Amino acid sequence: MIFHPLGKYILLLKAVFRKPEKWDIYRKEIFKEMNSIGIGSLGIIAIISVFLGAVTTVQTAFQLVSDLIPKSVIGGIVRDSSILELSPTISAIVLAGKVGSSVASQIGTMRVTEQIDALEIMGINSPGYLILPKIIAAITTIPLLVIISIALSIMGGFLAGTASGAVTTHDFINGLITDFIPYTFTVSMVKAVIFAFIITSVSAYQGFYTDGGALEVGQSSTKAVVISCIAILFSDYVIAQLLL
Amino acid sequence: MIEIKNIHKTFGDNHVLKGISAEFKEGICNLIIGGSGSGKTTLLKCMVGLHEPDEGSVIYDGRDFTRMNFQSRIEIRTEIGMLFQGSALFDSMNVEENIMFPLNMFTEQHRKEKLERVNFCLERVNLVDKNKLFPAELSGGMKKRVGIARAIAMNPKYLFVDEPNSGLDPKTSIVIDELIQELTEEYKTITIIVTHDMNSVMGIGENIIFLHDGEKWWEGSNKEITSTDNQELNDFVFASKFMRSLKKNK
Repeated sequence: MIFHPLGKYILLLKAVFRKPEKWDIYRKEIFKEMNSIGIGSLGIIAIISVFLGAVTTVQTAFQLVSDLIPKSVIGGIVRDSSILELSPTISAIVLAGKVGSSVASQIGTMRVTEQIDALEIMGINSPGYLILPKIIAAITTIPLLVIISIALSIMGGFLAGTASGAVTTHDFINGLITDFIPYTFTVSMVKAVIFAFIITSVSAYQGFYTDGGALEVGQSSTKAVVISCIAILFSDYVIAQLLL
Repeated sequence: MIEIKNIHKTFGDNHVLKGISAEFKEGICNLIIGGSGSGKTTLLKCMVGLHEPDEGSVIYDGRDFTRMNFQSRIEIRTEIGMLFQGSALFDSMNVEENIMFPLNMFTEQHRKEKLERVNFCLERVNLVDKNKLFPAELSGGMKKRVGIARAIAMNPKYLFVDEPNSGLDPKTSIVIDELIQELTEEYKTITIIVTHDMNSVMGIGENIIFLHDGEKWWEGSNKEITSTDNQELNDFVFASKFMRSLKKNK
């Protein structure tokens, strides 16, 4: 049952990565998509990141009841949780909802209104023209969003910790810089790139094979978000197993 | 000339096209008519490669389109213009960008030349100075005309038109029909129109193919269609009381 859609997905990707008709036009589309995916998602990512960091700090401080554990540990936990899990994964799930549904409904609407047929009649490789710029834009901007998310998450943790008196500025910064493993950042970026690919390609697949009308476009959009979220969480586990 | 030979198409258990063969000549309007579900849009989609026929060939001036791979088809596709039932204009682009799109993709012309071509096409469909409007700001008839302008932007040898009159008032329908006929005669295109509009049939049907239940039942011109003794065709042509009264008076 899963093999038929999987085969269709692979064949679609093969068409997506066919040589573009004209790079100039694709380049313009890539910048347009980068603006839409990157700048367009900055606000929501900033808000959730600050609160993720704040909640992590408050809850970690609540659980640190032993006097044997220094308060500086809070800084380290917020740092590692943000880098390894919260920023890449939660951001990706939020982006699956925002970007994924938009990609699926945009391409799905083009399918049901025959705009994709019009592209194909002109001799244009429609999967390449419609999907490749979105994938390239996502795998370049989503890692940047994750970096911003990490920074804001740590900042949120710092503000919540110091404002509530759970940790001092000195302890938090001390925890941040102690035992930092740069490799965790590499793992985070690998996650961001893979999640970006999943969000755009899965959503584009759902949109591209929409059949019917407005109702089916909505269903494709919902399926795109659900399948992207599951695929993100599954690949999160696989990456953690392989790289850590 | 476009030739179709023994086209079969099946969707699951539904045998939609059952061995259709026909020839379409240049400079005249070739109409494919038939009731809903008769297979006319499927036939059109098989001809342009949006559906792959299960059996049979589509031959464009001696070139067998059905046996070509994706790359080889591009050459023929750049010679095809198509007007879709819903116009299929790109929502994110304005009128000018819609018409310029195939020129951007397949020509190396400078922007000035492309703009001249766009303005020429817009003038041809009587939409001068509408360059900056978006599809959402156009009426149904204007959308069809922009669709025609986009279809002729690349100087096509083959023009396909799917239900040009759907959703239009009778007067606008006639304007669109006449425009398609003028362009066909002017540029000597091979024009194939799918329709079930009797005004179009009687007005521009120089060569008509009637499909019924996935088969070709009749072929002729608008001059011959009212005098045929083909029962299915008569049921289609004289479906309305008005048409029946015309026949009776005749």
